[in-house]
Amino acid sequence: MNTINLNGATESHPEGTTVAHLVAAVTGRELLPTGQAADGGRLGVAVARNQEIVPRSQWAATAVEHQDALEIVAAVQGG
Amino acid sequence: MTETKTLTRNDALVIDGVALNSRLIMGTGGAPSLSGLGAALIASGTELTTVAMRRYSVDEAAGGGTNLFKLLLENNIRVLPNTAGCFTAREALMTAELAREALETDWVKLEVVADEHTLLPDALELAEATEQLVNRGFKVFAYTNDDPVLALRLEQLGVVAVMPLGAPIGTGLGILNPHNIELIVSRASVPVVLDAGIGTASDAALAMELGCDAVLLATAVTRAQNPLLMAEAFKHAVIGGRLASQGGRIPKRAHALASSAMAGRPDL
Repeated sequence: MNTINLNGATESHPEGTTVAHLVAAVTGRELLPTGQAADGGRLGVAVARNQEIVPRSQWAATAVEHQDALEIVAAVQGG
Repeated sequence: MTETKTLTRNDALVIDGVALNSRLIMGTGGAPSLSGLGAALIASGTELTTVAMRRYSVDEAAGGGTNLFKLLLENNIRVLPNTAGCFTAREALMTAELAREALETDWVKLEVVADEHTLLPDALELAEATEQLVNRGFKVFAYTNDDPVLALRLEQLGVVAVMPLGAPIGTGLGILNPHNIELIVSRASVPVVLDAGIGTASDAALAMELGCDAVLLATAVTRAQNPLLMAEAFKHAVIGGRLASQGGRIPKRAHALASSAMAGRPDL
């Protein structure tokens, strides 16, 4: 198991968990291998891993590692 | 009447080659519910609206997952992500990159403030962030002080719009230094958007009369007692101010000037 920090919370995930798995779990939407939403709508989220952007095309290929810090962000009211 | 309508209809605001038919840019902060916000945005007639980037949350007050983004898409309102909450160029860059990835737009409202108390832009970090964002291909809408020198510097760095504040964020104090705003407008060759400090419709009309190309406001609508009415008031205020700016106001005089001729006055 890998212990990671996801949006400020500590979580454990099995080896081989990818960014795509986490995005799908958090948003409750199924993803295509391209990182687009399978429902055809725009997903509207982005991911930073250890302060680096992970482009959506790389989500499925990016396995999370022990002690990674991940941020999954979306648009909220503001400004 | 026909002429007025024609003028309003043909007077699009063009930013980065995109024509917007409304010169009112809305923010979304401060609305108690997403449905109320949607109604106010529609009433305002806006075609461009800011959002902030935060951790994904299903909490409706925070955007309800991606419901806010969906709301804007469904209403054909272009999204303008901001970098609110950033105090350094580094944070602003990261936020802009996340926004570009999440919302698929290279437009960004660059906000780099000095501290939470004043929320005033930090000129040095702002200039630094602008340069780097422009280099990375972003279309920067720079939220700036009402400083004509800085506004021109930002333009030289390649912003697509300069957005001087009327007054500090959330104060509703209106336009504290109209002379500076006029000076910024007179020297700018990119659109000038009056951003922050707007309290009521007349503030927005004044901004347009001073020659601003558009007005950006949020809390003046979202925290008004009746956001729907206020949204509509701002829609008309911006149109009225724009028309007045183009119509050309009369010069101010120290003494009265009769509008009725004295000649031909009957002997009474």
